[in-house]
Amino acid sequence: MANKPYKPDYTGTITKYVFIESPDTTPQTLAIRAYELSEGVMIKETCFGLQITGKPEEVNNIIIQLRNIDPTHIFVKDRAFPPGDPRRCRANLGGARPGYFGHEFEMRLIKYISKGLLESDSKKGYNKDILSKLKKKSTDKLPAEKLQKIIETQEP
Amino acid sequence: MVKVFIYPSTSLILSDMVERFGHNPLGAAIAIRERIQTPGFDSPPLQMTPEDPKKGLKYAAVEVPSGVRGRMALFGPMIEEAEAAIIINDSDLAFGCMGCARTNELVKFSIRKRKEIPILELKYPSSEEEGIAFVGAIKEFLEGLSKNTGGMEE
Repeated sequence: MANKPYKPDYTGTITKYVFIESPDTTPQTLAIRAYELSEGVMIKETCFGLQITGKPEEVNNIIIQLRNIDPTHIFVKDRAFPPGDPRRCRANLGGARPGYFGHEFEMRLIKYISKGLLESDSKKGYNKDILSKLKKKSTDKLPAEKLQKIIETQEP
Repeated sequence: MVKVFIYPSTSLILSDMVERFGHNPLGAAIAIRERIQTPGFDSPPLQMTPEDPKKGLKYAAVEVPSGVRGRMALFGPMIEEAEAAIIINDSDLAFGCMGCARTNELVKFSIRKRKEIPILELKYPSSEEEGIAFVGAIKEFLEGLSKNTGGMEE
């Protein structure tokens, strides 16, 4: 079977996710500000925030300015695929986009991170006992009840 | 700016924290982006070519499933390139769709084997107090990296 040539789209660009989990700022506010700053960079508004695609320096510049809106509630990460890529877009695949469950899991914890970021500049510091608990490696095996719970939460 | 390998390599929290405190996170997106932006022969869906599992042979033997070797072809070079690492242990999200558990064990083993680089190991926070300690520890770790690298800061 002959190999088909592969011509990638958006070469030389980067895509970043911008997540917002804030009591004061909505994804819409963030999107409007991003459109104001965009100057030709591709911006896609989502329910959790934005996806920004463009040249690295342009994207990073927009992200620095967006972070200033609500520094402790805006979170950014890299994305490999540009928005709407048929290999990842759920319009083509159906169901949740791969990777969504990871985001869903971390977004449940993000309020603790926001609190941590708020307190990180204070002189109070953090509780060393709690940290040593976080650093402790668990040697326990996976409990049967937890495995059962994981099995039950699987989609059919 | 220090290259910090993150595990789980798709973690939003770690990726954000590393970037926020002025360093360069090495995660799965970086390696996959490199593949899907390189022209060549069509190898859907992630443009993993037959060469990749061969590269993975450096990290896992030939009888190991090609999925592990393929994933190690992505993570292995990044682990070698890393100048520091942050690992979150017992992360539920690394249990399922992120990849197979054996690759995850091999990734953690390969990081811990690099004794010359600083590594921070934590668990996800489950309360506000733990969140404060979690962020504080990561901030301290990342700020320490800037001091150790001396004049490398931009």
